[in-house]
Amino acid sequence: MRALDRKLLRDLWHMRGQVMAIAAVIMGGVATLVMSLSTYDSLVSTRDRFYSEYRFAEVFASLKRAPEPVAERLRALPGVEHLETRVRAGVKLEVAGFNDPITGLMLSLPDSRNPVLNGLHFKRGSLPQPYSADEVVVADSFADAHGMQPGDTLVAIIMGKRKVLTIAGIAVSPEYIYQIAPGSMFPDFKRYGVLWMRRSGLAAAYGMEGAFNQASLTLARGAHEQDVIDRADMILAPYGGTGAYGRADQFSNRFLSEELKQLQTTATIFPAIFLGVAAFLLNVVVSRLIALQREQIAILKAFGYRYPAIGWHYVKLVLLMVLLGVAGGVALGAWFGQGLSNVYMETTFRFPYLDYQLKASVILIALGVSVAAAVSGTLYSVARAVRLPAAEGMRPEMPEAYRATLVERIGLQRWLDAPTRMILRHLERRPLKSMLTVLGIACACGLMMVGNYQKGAIDFMVDLQFRQAAREDLALTFIEPTSGRALHELTALPGVEFVEGFRDVPAILHFGHYSYRSAIYGIPAEGQLHRSLDRALQPVAMPPGGVVLTEHLARNILHVKPGDVLTVEVLEGRRPVRQVPVLGITQQYLGLSAYMQRDSLNTLMREGDVVSGAYLAIRPGAEAAVYARLNDRPRVLSMVANASAIESFYDTIGEFVLFYNLVATLLAGAIGFGVVYNSARISLSERGRELASLRVLGFGRGEIAYILLGELALLTLVAIPVGFLVGTGLVGILVQAFKNDLYRLPLILKPDNFAMGALVVVVSALLSGLLMWFRLGRLDMVAVLKTRE
Amino acid sequence: MNRTHDQANAVFVAHGLSKIYHMGEVEVHALRGIDLTLYRGELVVLLGPSGSGKSTLLNILGGLDAPSGGEVRYLDHMLTGASESELTRFRREHVGFVFQFYNLIPSLTARENVAAVTEIASSPMRPEEALDLVGLGNRLDHFPAQLSGGEQQRVAIARAVAKNPAVLLCDEPTGALDSSTGVVVLEVLEKVNRELGTLTVLITHNAGIADMADRVIRLSDGQIADIHRNDHKRAASELSW
Repeated sequence: MRALDRKLLRDLWHMRGQVMAIAAVIMGGVATLVMSLSTYDSLVSTRDRFYSEYRFAEVFASLKRAPEPVAERLRALPGVEHLETRVRAGVKLEVAGFNDPITGLMLSLPDSRNPVLNGLHFKRGSLPQPYSADEVVVADSFADAHGMQPGDTLVAIIMGKRKVLTIAGIAVSPEYIYQIAPGSMFPDFKRYGVLWMRRSGLAAAYGMEGAFNQASLTLARGAHEQDVIDRADMILAPYGGTGAYGRADQFSNRFLSEELKQLQTTATIFPAIFLGVAAFLLNVVVSRLIALQREQIAILKAFGYRYPAIGWHYVKLVLLMVLLGVAGGVALGAWFGQGLSNVYMETTFRFPYLDYQLKASVILIALGVSVAAAVSGTLYSVARAVRLPAAEGMRPEMPEAYRATLVERIGLQRWLDAPTRMILRHLERRPLKSMLTVLGIACACGLMMVGNYQKGAIDFMVDLQFRQAAREDLALTFIEPTSGRALHELTALPGVEFVEGFRDVPAILHFGHYSYRSAIYGIPAEGQLHRSLDRALQPVAMPPGGVVLTEHLARNILHVKPGDVLTVEVLEGRRPVRQVPVLGITQQYLGLSAYMQRDSLNTLMREGDVVSGAYLAIRPGAEAAVYARLNDRPRVLSMVANASAIESFYDTIGEFVLFYNLVATLLAGAIGFGVVYNSARISLSERGRELASLRVLGFGRGEIAYILLGELALLTLVAIPVGFLVGTGLVGILVQAFKNDLYRLPLILKPDNFAMGALVVVVSALLSGLLMWFRLGRLDMVAVLKTRE
Repeated sequence: MNRTHDQANAVFVAHGLSKIYHMGEVEVHALRGIDLTLYRGELVVLLGPSGSGKSTLLNILGGLDAPSGGEVRYLDHMLTGASESELTRFRREHVGFVFQFYNLIPSLTARENVAAVTEIASSPMRPEEALDLVGLGNRLDHFPAQLSGGEQQRVAIARAVAKNPAVLLCDEPTGALDSSTGVVVLEVLEKVNRELGTLTVLITHNAGIADMADRVIRLSDGQIADIHRNDHKRAASELSW
């Protein structure tokens, strides 16, 4: 090993504390990048592989009922490759020992073979016996939530008839990676289950013998999706078709895409912030570190080393720190990434396997950014040091020129003792350095606030959604639109306190070339249970004659404002197309909805007093009895209980929030500590001689600590409010970036967000201060008498 | 000056001082059994080549270092075995240091550099008074960067004497200065010693400076080679090298 390289390793060992702090900062930035991008890549790759291995269909069509021969006409359409029909039945389920209402969806499997499209990946067990009428395959999410195994039984209520079914297998389907019960807002694996049964058995129970009510198909190479959809719609219209749609509108796939899009945003924004902060710190710290090596550089120059050789020497020094940080970051990020992917797998996406991917390009980006930041900081300082004549470099630097600070010039100096003046002048002498330090600390504070923001925002959303807007205890859906008289029966049930009927009509909303496939909800004008909220989040009466849209739907998807007229393509009944004015905007953070007065919607549909379902307020304690009664009613298709919806939402989201909090705390802590410790450490190197001189003159350790740490404390205090601004700004960016169909985050920052941000900074500062305190105890007083630097 | 060499006037009394540094596997004997008494009001020059142990002796007297053997007493305080905070208090109350490279605080003006010390001392003179004493009464609000080397060293002397210390310890105070500037600094030290009666210990390897001392103590190889009393001290202004 060459002598210079040996010096390099010793230098590194000598400044190991700083090396660790710098590496920690890089590690934070790199870990976020690797975690986010690898999770994104993994989920996308897993999805694509699963879709293709299990032949996920490309076009889906639902209808009321068509005789099987109609399928031949669909198959004959140009552009259709494979087509499969099936029976799809909404059912209610009962699981022994579980009393909440469970909504189920049963799908038919071909009687004697595997399905051609939308194949099942079996986790346990296998397909039911051919033509079996009492065996089912259960989605693994539902089976896992209830601890079911093949051989167990459950009860399905199909068209009001109870049927005991035995579980033959537990499987995952590409169609139901993301599962949400109709009318629900979040996945609830306990209260929503997807089941598969052999076709003849299900058709018999559901009255669909010789007929189908759903078709899925794949497209031939080069086929145009919209053409196939249009032609299929024409064929199916007489059979109650509700409009065929492509993968983009397939429920699970659409939500999956939304989630992935969002993850991609996270994977871009967060690491960009983190890596940006890390790179900036790295640059500052490295350039100050090299500036301290001035004398050594002069000596190397005196030996005859040239700039490139000296530059390369220091670049190697810095690269070793960077490599340490990047290696740690990649390892930590891969670990976090697998953790995050698994959280996704357990809570949101039911992929049968995970294709964990860590692409080389991700590591290269991380390495590239870190290296660029570090090397530029190094070369800048080395170039400055090299420019000095060697002899001058070895001479001590002239005392730096200081002047009285602003505070003193305006006459406050009487109250400042000499150490305090030293602090103020030192800060004012290097305003840029002080500002950069403040900014670095502020970033740690801001990042912590971002990490903690979600919890408060979610609490706020849930409170608004379930305690202000959707205040019903139970939302039930009828099998098909029903006369409003059904509400009287519900009101008469013991335990039911209040009933409000709603009408929902599936429809595509068009405005210009924008469109959105959704449903229009008809609710009472001045409902007590389900209400529309205005921008000030106050409940407002539903105006007659037009629609009120969720803000995100109006502004960002359909690009309409009140007064514009929408074209509404109804996907039910005779599928009329109507012109409907937009009357207002409603503030809603969860889901996207179009609301109308129920009377107006009934009028639009040219129907009388018709409801699709009802919102119920139930007397506390009477829930189980009401559920049991409603379970037995054949016309009740599904029930969603509000309380269980909130609970399941928290279950789902809780793990994410915990995970993000953990990551954010670790990273903000790493950055906070990295900045504060490095600032203190470099300050000590720069001023060690000054402080040791004061020690010789009789200053105590506490008194010199005041000078060194007082400066740091002042910077930290200034950084906290700046950090609040940074945090608020970052949350604002996040809110903008995360607007999607599923939810919009409210810009809500609570006192505890600010407190956590400040706390991480204060703790980092205290920890650094403590380490500095020990270092100050080891200041070499004897050396300052003799040596210059 | 009439000197009574009795115990009552002793400021420092050292017996059998030794100091061993461990540099890796090598032991360096910096001091080997020093016996020494320093008296009130004296101007003492410690003379010796580098490595003779003069700085080590000064550091031990100033409470910056502890001897490996022997003991040293300051008035009625035993310095050997004193705690870190006792030594800090000793330096704060009783010792004035002057360094070879001045070691002024660059962010403080001349007046404030002195004030930094007087603010923590128990019965100091005013900073202006101390700066007057070294002839810098007109440079009070200059920062170190605005002063010449000689002026910076005179500020350092003002800073050292402003607390009214019992002893002034100077380690090569003219080492970084040219001869004529050095003489000005020495004149100031001489004046302080004369007017305030402060025991002044001055380290140098420059034999030319020894002529201004009351006593010259020659160190060699960690031992006192010779103590010489100057019957005819020369004024600092007459020195040159």
